[in-house]
Amino acid sequence: MLSNIGIGLVTLILILSFLIIYTASLDLKTSRQSIEKSIYKLSLFQTTFTVLSFFTLIIGFMNSDFSLINVYENSHTTKPFFYKIAGTWGNHEGSLLLWINILVIFSYLFLVFNYNHEKKFRLYTLIFQNILILGFLFFLLLNSNPFNSIYPIPLEGLGLNPILQDPALAIHPPLLYVGFVGCSIYFSAAMASLVSGYDGKLFAQSIKTWVKISWCFQTLGIIVGSIWAYYELGWGGFWFWDPVENASLLPWFAITALMHSLVVLEKRNTLYSWVIILCLSTFILSVTGTFLVRSGILNSVHTFASDPARGIYILVFLSLMIFSALSIFFLKYKKENYNFNLKSRETFILANNWFMAFFLITVLIGMLYPIFLDVLTNKKISVGPPFFNIVIIPLVVPFMFLMAIGPKFGWIKSQNKINYKILFLILGAIVINLFIFYFFGNYSLLSNAIFIAAIFLILHSFLDARKLINDKNKTGLPRIISHLGFGLLVFFIGINHQFSLEEDFNLKVGEIKQINSYKINFENIRIKESKNYKAIIGNFKLTNLKNNLVQYLNPEIRIYSNPETLTYEAAIKTKITSDFYLTMSNVSRSDYYNIKFQNKPFMIWIWISALMIALGGFIRLTLKKNEY
Amino acid sequence: MLTKKVKNRILFLTSVFLLSVVSVFFIIKSLNNNILYFSSPTEINQREDILFEKAMRVGGMVKKGSIIISQKDIQFIITDFENEILVSYTGTVPNLFGEEKGVVAEGKLSDKNFFTADRILAKHDENYMPPEIKEIIEKNAK
Repeated sequence: MLSNIGIGLVTLILILSFLIIYTASLDLKTSRQSIEKSIYKLSLFQTTFTVLSFFTLIIGFMNSDFSLINVYENSHTTKPFFYKIAGTWGNHEGSLLLWINILVIFSYLFLVFNYNHEKKFRLYTLIFQNILILGFLFFLLLNSNPFNSIYPIPLEGLGLNPILQDPALAIHPPLLYVGFVGCSIYFSAAMASLVSGYDGKLFAQSIKTWVKISWCFQTLGIIVGSIWAYYELGWGGFWFWDPVENASLLPWFAITALMHSLVVLEKRNTLYSWVIILCLSTFILSVTGTFLVRSGILNSVHTFASDPARGIYILVFLSLMIFSALSIFFLKYKKENYNFNLKSRETFILANNWFMAFFLITVLIGMLYPIFLDVLTNKKISVGPPFFNIVIIPLVVPFMFLMAIGPKFGWIKSQNKINYKILFLILGAIVINLFIFYFFGNYSLLSNAIFIAAIFLILHSFLDARKLINDKNKTGLPRIISHLGFGLLVFFIGINHQFSLEEDFNLKVGEIKQINSYKINFENIRIKESKNYKAIIGNFKLTNLKNNLVQYLNPEIRIYSNPETLTYEAAIKTKITSDFYLTMSNVSRSDYYNIKFQNKPFMIWIWISALMIALGGFIRLTLKKNEY
Repeated sequence: MLTKKVKNRILFLTSVFLLSVVSVFFIIKSLNNNILYFSSPTEINQREDILFEKAMRVGGMVKKGSIIISQKDIQFIITDFENEILVSYTGTVPNLFGEEKGVVAEGKLSDKNFFTADRILAKHDENYMPPEIKEIIEKNAK
């Protein structure tokens, strides 16, 4: 029943896509100024049906309708209601439907909200976007249909991977999808701009909001994913340079570069080709990431069951996309005159773009090199986290300096602003760093440089903020918040990295272990029955011998029944100054439990400063235009 | 005589070119220092040119009945059904770690038969087998 409704709706969307492309190309030939009313209607119908199809699938999951293979494979009657709903996008087929939803919704909103832009440009954007929609619809129908039915109807489902049954992971995919798939709209707009010749300033204005929206959601999505990895994976860290994390960073670098250079295009009407390249590559990188992860070429924590046919389809689609994007770009390429003064804001924004490009290339090489080597020489390798740290971290130092002083410069040409104030701030940063170095322990030369640069950026942002309050204008507020967030993020990561305490050991129940000034007493274990799992809860008494402060940490080993899986839940005690982190595991019911104990300073501040970066973006969305 | 504009442009392009060459060289060099080669116990046994101080990955199956847990560490044997290697590890193990399950250990070789791991990798999906291990097992099963 639901299966038929779902397939019917998807077919309707498919037909509507063809109709939209057809009527839009007819409308292109007329000389009227405004877009034909029927196109709006078709697009609205398309959006309605797409949302309906997604709700149909959600209803399937809510009612545990196992006549749908997708529900049968990924759900279970005993699963908590909230995770039944979240299970809709916790699997490949369902998430593809969510993907199509975002493509369609953005397509409609772009059409409606850009009423003051040229008709030809809007129609072409609509056409390109619908070509993308068609591509993914065919993929859905031919290879990954969430509405496929099964007969006889099974009585019970297979269940959702317990590791995904988590609030952070329930909102993580929708956030990332708005971020990554949202890029599709300015991919289409960039193609439309090339074809229709609607370029420069006006083009920048038409896509500005959309770039901001997807930037905000991408940033937020990556942060939520990282928070999840911190408390759920039990590895005691928050960033592992895992292929999936890398795949999410690639489009983020591109979009961050785009967000900056778009301002140059808007204010100075230059860098058009570069902006187009960034628009195109952001979405291409998003799809590439999806392809690498879903096809199983890269191994990572995301294990959507991989299927080679799926990989081949996305690969063909991706190649077509890149090929057509490149050919249209080179066919329509117009020579531009760049006339930049060294001491101008645009030069600094360009510098930001160079850094972003460098980070992007580094991560891309680190990610793809193992694949190439495997294909060419059949050698199996992996690239370790040190590679990324060694290449990227030193460059963050000059990057942060430029981040602080760049916005000081005006457009076109400005006076020399390297004045005593900046020297004073650098001096202040050095002094603060010396203070930390002297009182809390020594660290490498590079770490010194990182701390100085980060503190400089933080101080500089505070100074900017004070000036802003004095002048009583909101211009630049989002930028200051985001840049300050970045400075704080680097600073706290540095502190966290330098002063973390980490210890692995095995303990029996009743034993005591002492690490530095902490005494850990493994007092007892108890068993708790929950709705869909059984938990072994350890009771650890942690005493700080310096001040005799006692805390209890309760890590869990959960045994889920459907599917039968173990998960380890870390016990985390968060305080303003530091986190205590303890996980336990057990191998083949041995008396010894394997314990990982960590004391991580300023962990909460890492999340807060990362969220500040995203917050800046959201504030910028609420501001009226021309307040950047 | 070149005009000032052309001169500037040449200067700009050369510096961009040099900068890219330097950075690509820099990236490749640190890449080569930080790749982890994946080997099976048999490969370790046969190879003559193994670097003992360099981090690497060893993969195979955890041998039945080989896991010994003491206060200090966890010891187990990785086998590819031809050769074996003894692994010592301290820390928490992934949830799918167990006897007769696929495993990848990351760390350093002490000698050809003894490996000190600082990370154990296993996957979340119980039916999942790292492709490297699958290959080894298929090869040796023939």
